[in-house]
Amino acid sequence: MQSSPLTTDQLQANFADLHPNYTRDEAAFEASRCLFCYDAPCTRACPTHIDVPRFIRQILHDNVGGAAKTILDANIFGGSCARACPTEVLCEGACVDNARAGAPIEIGRLQRYATDYAMERNLRFFAPGKDTGRKVAIIGSGPAGLSCAHELRRLGHKVTVFESRDVPGGLNTFGIAAYKITREMSLAEIQPILEMGVDLKLNTPVDAAKVESLLADNDAVFLAIGLGQTQRLKLPGEHMEGVWEALEFIEQLHDKREFEKCTIGRNVIVIGCGNTAIDAATQAIRLGAEKVTIAYRRGEDAKSAYNYEYDLGKSDGVQFEWYVQPMGFVGLNDRVTGATFVRTQLQGEGRKAELVPIADSEFTIECDMVIKALGQTPVDELLSKVQGVERDRGAVRINSETYQTTRRGLFAGGDCTSKGKEIVNAVQDGKMAARSINRHLDSKGK
Amino acid sequence: MIIPDLSTNCAGIKSPNPFWLASGPPTNTGYQIARAFEAGWGGAVWKTLTHDPILNVSSRYGALDHDGRKVVGFNNIELITDRSLEENLAEIREVKRLFPKHAVIASLMVESKREVWHDAVKRTEDSGCDGLELNFGCPHGMSERGMGSAVGQVPEYAEMITGWVKEVARTPVLVKLTPNITDVRVVGRAAKRGNADGVSLINTINSIMGVDLDTLAPKPQVGGRGSHGGYCGPAVKPIALNMVQSIAADKQIQLPISGIGGIQNWQDAVEHMLLGASSVQVCTAVMHYGFRIVEHLISGMENWMREKGYGKLEDFIGLSVPRVGDWADLDLMYRVVADIDQEKCIHCGLCYSACEEGAHQSIDITTVSEDDYVASLNGNALKAPVVSGGVRAIPGAGDNRVNIFTVNDETCVGCNMCSLVCPVTGCITMVEVDPRGPEPLSWRQYQQKLAAGEMGRLKPIPHAHRPLGNLY
Repeated sequence: MQSSPLTTDQLQANFADLHPNYTRDEAAFEASRCLFCYDAPCTRACPTHIDVPRFIRQILHDNVGGAAKTILDANIFGGSCARACPTEVLCEGACVDNARAGAPIEIGRLQRYATDYAMERNLRFFAPGKDTGRKVAIIGSGPAGLSCAHELRRLGHKVTVFESRDVPGGLNTFGIAAYKITREMSLAEIQPILEMGVDLKLNTPVDAAKVESLLADNDAVFLAIGLGQTQRLKLPGEHMEGVWEALEFIEQLHDKREFEKCTIGRNVIVIGCGNTAIDAATQAIRLGAEKVTIAYRRGEDAKSAYNYEYDLGKSDGVQFEWYVQPMGFVGLNDRVTGATFVRTQLQGEGRKAELVPIADSEFTIECDMVIKALGQTPVDELLSKVQGVERDRGAVRINSETYQTTRRGLFAGGDCTSKGKEIVNAVQDGKMAARSINRHLDSKGK
Repeated sequence: MIIPDLSTNCAGIKSPNPFWLASGPPTNTGYQIARAFEAGWGGAVWKTLTHDPILNVSSRYGALDHDGRKVVGFNNIELITDRSLEENLAEIREVKRLFPKHAVIASLMVESKREVWHDAVKRTEDSGCDGLELNFGCPHGMSERGMGSAVGQVPEYAEMITGWVKEVARTPVLVKLTPNITDVRVVGRAAKRGNADGVSLINTINSIMGVDLDTLAPKPQVGGRGSHGGYCGPAVKPIALNMVQSIAADKQIQLPISGIGGIQNWQDAVEHMLLGASSVQVCTAVMHYGFRIVEHLISGMENWMREKGYGKLEDFIGLSVPRVGDWADLDLMYRVVADIDQEKCIHCGLCYSACEEGAHQSIDITTVSEDDYVASLNGNALKAPVVSGGVRAIPGAGDNRVNIFTVNDETCVGCNMCSLVCPVTGCITMVEVDPRGPEPLSWRQYQQKLAAGEMGRLKPIPHAHRPLGNLY
């Protein structure tokens, strides 16, 4: 497989920040537009309920450190969320200036301005709570796990986090497009959490037996293992060289550190049209692929990618094939050379409409790389073996108020319970689960 | 058809339009004033002349910014001219030769001696200027030397010096009044007694612009120290309007007024004139934006006159003066209440917090679900939801609710507060409602009727019920 045809300078430019940080004047101008709403819709629309008008006014009045504290108090991953949140449908979508002036306050970029300010200066805002003598084990060091760890440390509980990989951060560290969140940024954001006194055990996978021993040795356990492998298509030729999983493709950009060393085809097909598909497609173009086609079995209106992601894909030159379903992959010497599709159509009206293949419509698109972006599957090999944990279609079942699973003392949050949402949802799960665990520990008595 | 004529006569000083540069940094030199006249200014009051040019400090100016807007207030500790009288007079002569129809008014401030004033007046008028303005207002520096506001704050001095000037002056004499006094009319009357031909006001207000939070020095600073300076700029307009009106309404004064203070657009100028000014003077706005703002001043005033049907300035000068009077004569029976146009409301809640926490607790919140809200929108495109990636976002909504704000007509006192903070034009209006009584009743009349036993005590508008206990 080939590496990038582009020069180092071209690659650096292609993977530079999608939205560079504001200058002081830009931030002040944007902040001055905020109306300072009462019971602000932006705050209500944020899953972590960051007090947006407050932090914007703090920026306006030259208290950028205070703004960062406001953000991080509600969302310790405020820096990542500023970069990767779908603000279009969250805070900025709720902004009343959409209705007044046709455009929202750029809350995400203001949040980035404040959190970067704190990160650049190594500011620390939170201290561990008074030691309670209680111990909690957390499985997984993604946003849900570490958000929970941070909140538990603020409450004074001992926390040990188990991570199977050699770096913490989960998808934040290796699963987001590199022009949004870099590995360095993710690790820098995690540093203050670790400094709260979190005992992080890297390279430590947890199996069902280990879950049992953690439950025995701790006052509570929080399960934040996320999701596992990308769904398989179960199509002929899927095993061939050149057929990638989207996360694997995105991960190489974070892992190899040098874009020159990343593997990239010249003619790439991405299957699926969610946000990960767009991330993969745009990064393929930015790595130097000459042609990138997103193939989706449904129509443009059914895609799960956000509008701004779709627009990014289009402006990067991604091509789209709608209503095409993959049938298999063809290759030479076990290397992929093309993907075969059948055209589909909707039969019936409205919600009952059914997607059906069109007879004799098969065709093949030549390619030297296929990226499957079909969503991740639950970590069945672990979850199916943990006693007493019930699931709903793969997702760990929890009480929506307490975050406790059907197993007493075992709590869960993040993608393993939601089957894949945004960073901001995982952070809120972790935070709220920590508060619930705190109540649970209180009620247990000494 | 009306073609507005802006030609101006203020105390006998004539100019093609009422827009004069106030005495200050923009009128330091003949070069600047010539540029200003070319740009369209009708007149200029030369930076204050004196026999012994002063020395200035560095730095000199400070500004008040407000939430992203620059220079809503401004101050300076600069003194009067630092150039010789001869130099300035030669330039006045040259400017008058180049612009004979424009008004050049020489501002004067000299030692408080009769013969010194006589000399200054005679020599200055020999330059061909159209009038004099006596600087009895400058609040910083010169006042410590017994000049400027040190004169303007003592009615007897102001009267005496105005009298000295009038003994020899051949051109109209304006006395510039300081606002740093309890009642500006007292010095206005002194100027009248001294035979002034007119007054100009306001001069700048004593002020400290701020404190530098790194160095703890006041702003503006000179080697880490500061001094009170003269405050001006947009923020002082309401103070100036009040003083201009009070002079215009004073039966004893009855002098032409050149209005100064916070004028940066044509509306400000028209307001000064409606309250009695027959010319207006501008300084800070020019320092901020340059001479060409006069184009907008002229165009705006002309357009307003055309639309209102005023052909000349005299048609509207002073029209609003009689509308201002004692509070005791306002009608206690008059009543307005706020009305919120739900079609225009963007649900920011600024009216609610302003009323609930800052005023009279007369706006109520109810909530509707997002679905009900969207169903009620009637195709309002700006307020419509956005769907992206299968997720719906609604401006003004969050947590599956939209706040709806309504006015409680029973308890709304009509204070205006909600309409003042509402960011949407025309969303909150103050609507006149049936008067509270059968006929108008001022506080003065009320007191008389009470005393005469003709009526009982009136109750205030009922207060909203907000028991303290609900908070705890």
